[in-house]
Amino acid sequence: MLEITPGKAYGFFTDTSVCIGCKACEVACKQWNLLDGNSPVFGDGYDNTGSLDAQNWRHVQFIDNVPDSATTIGNGKAWLMMSDVCKHCTHASCLEVCPTGAIIRTEFDSVFIQPDVCNGCRDCIAACPYGVIEMDEHTKVAQKCTLCYDRLQGGLEPACAKACPTQSIQFGPLTELREKAKQRVDALHSQGVPEARLYGADESVYGGLNAFFLLMDEPEKYNLPNAANAVLPRRNNFGGYLTAAVTAALAVIGGLVALRRRREPARAPVKEEHRDDAAS
Amino acid sequence: MTPLLDDAQHFVRDPDWTWYILGYFFFAGLSGGSYILASFLRLFGKSVDEPAARLGYYIAFPALLPCPVLLTLDLGKPLRFYHMLFTFKWWSPMSVGAWALVVFGAMVTASFVEVLVRDGKLRMGLLRGAVRLLDGFLGKPWAFVGALFGLFIAGYTGVLLSVSNQPVWSDTWALGGLFLASGLSGSAALMGWLVRFRHDAEPTASVIGVSERMFQVLELVLIAVFAITLIQAGAFGRAFGYPWIMLWLVAWLGIVGGLSFRSARPSPGPDGTLATSRVHTATLTMMLVLIGILALRAAVIFSAQ
Repeated sequence: MLEITPGKAYGFFTDTSVCIGCKACEVACKQWNLLDGNSPVFGDGYDNTGSLDAQNWRHVQFIDNVPDSATTIGNGKAWLMMSDVCKHCTHASCLEVCPTGAIIRTEFDSVFIQPDVCNGCRDCIAACPYGVIEMDEHTKVAQKCTLCYDRLQGGLEPACAKACPTQSIQFGPLTELREKAKQRVDALHSQGVPEARLYGADESVYGGLNAFFLLMDEPEKYNLPNAANAVLPRRNNFGGYLTAAVTAALAVIGGLVALRRRREPARAPVKEEHRDDAAS
Repeated sequence: MTPLLDDAQHFVRDPDWTWYILGYFFFAGLSGGSYILASFLRLFGKSVDEPAARLGYYIAFPALLPCPVLLTLDLGKPLRFYHMLFTFKWWSPMSVGAWALVVFGAMVTASFVEVLVRDGKLRMGLLRGAVRLLDGFLGKPWAFVGALFGLFIAGYTGVLLSVSNQPVWSDTWALGGLFLASGLSGSAALMGWLVRFRHDAEPTASVIGVSERMFQVLELVLIAVFAITLIQAGAFGRAFGYPWIMLWLVAWLGIVGGLSFRSARPSPGPDGTLATSRVHTATLTMMLVLIGILALRAAVIFSAQ
């Protein structure tokens, strides 16, 4: 059994190449974290969870990838399935903007929202590039995957990883997981699956994701921003404040010009009367 | 900002910042803008501008009153509003804004009391003594620091939106300047219109009128900059498409109305009287400018979500 030690970085390696879409992870997560869940969503696909939100801290995406043209036997790729989750980013956008200090990094290197500190300002929701966080309509605070913080403190692995029947979700120390992921992607490449790639295993995406993925297509297909678009909210601080400062300087200059162009000295108080425009 | 060759990718969830936030952004712009104009007149104006400066401080206070209420009501847990003051993050506009609002609120209240005392509407010996402090060496630094906080309050709301990963908001760096310019033009329009209720502020009416038009030109330029940055990110259609284009038209109407007509005190005729129709036009123009400012903020806030 895996020994979980505080001070060491832990995370998930989600291998989408072996995900079968059984949703055991979703069920285990809800069961352990006492999440009520939402009413099923019925769209034009097989995904009836919808998205990650306050009630769904794991969400198995069913991405319709049926090709328009016929394909040969064994080369079909009708569905991409991925058990999505909070990425517990090294450079986390939510943690960056949180004005109350409710979002913290735990002793297991996960990103955790303290429910008793969060005041529901929702700045983290606007910041999270993965759409992970949502306001819980019952508790009125922001909610997301905790990486089963309480289980880790008790020496147990997260419920979703425990329940996954295909080892698509693997939990462990980050260094070991990254090594495993590299071996797995190398194996897939050698088996003639060149499209297999890792997402978030290196520092190119938010300094590295503690919950990273092996994908079978481009990240955008899975609703994940590519490395060029994985940017932190604070990037706009400088430009935003600079534009405001330049505007302020121009406004002051405008005000000074207006003072210099003062039309006339003080007049006697003016009476207001009703009269015709024509008379004026 | 990293230049992106393709359209910016966004997979973010909406934060559901809606009516309370719209109200806050509107009133924060008016309060900050009025305080800036009032302090500007004290710092750079002549003694004849003092009544108009007081008018600005009078506007800043009631305009600020709804701000903390709206912000608190918008929280999921309103009773935890003070959690914002547990920490200070200079890189988080919401954190800096919470602190700035506390300081600005104190300064606006102090300035409001000060002008009440100076106008003889509040008669307390202790307060008169405190006001005398501002006559001396403290006066200019107080106005300067207050104006800086006013600038921040009027403009940071735009930066707050940009410091996110939301489409539209995070695709531009122009919102801080745009909100500041529109807050200033709205404040100038309101001050200019209110001058008619304070005759000793009449000498400053033309200054306010000219300033208002300059702020509106600045606002127009910044709307153009905003649009260009969105085109680069592939988000123009989202912000300016239907139905938001209707709000942009209202905003545009407010700016054009302000530029075409005078919301500042209309000039009296040679006999010293004012045509009622001119007063009505001035009132309508002022209303048009304020509604335009509200529409601009609504278009920015709602189109992204």
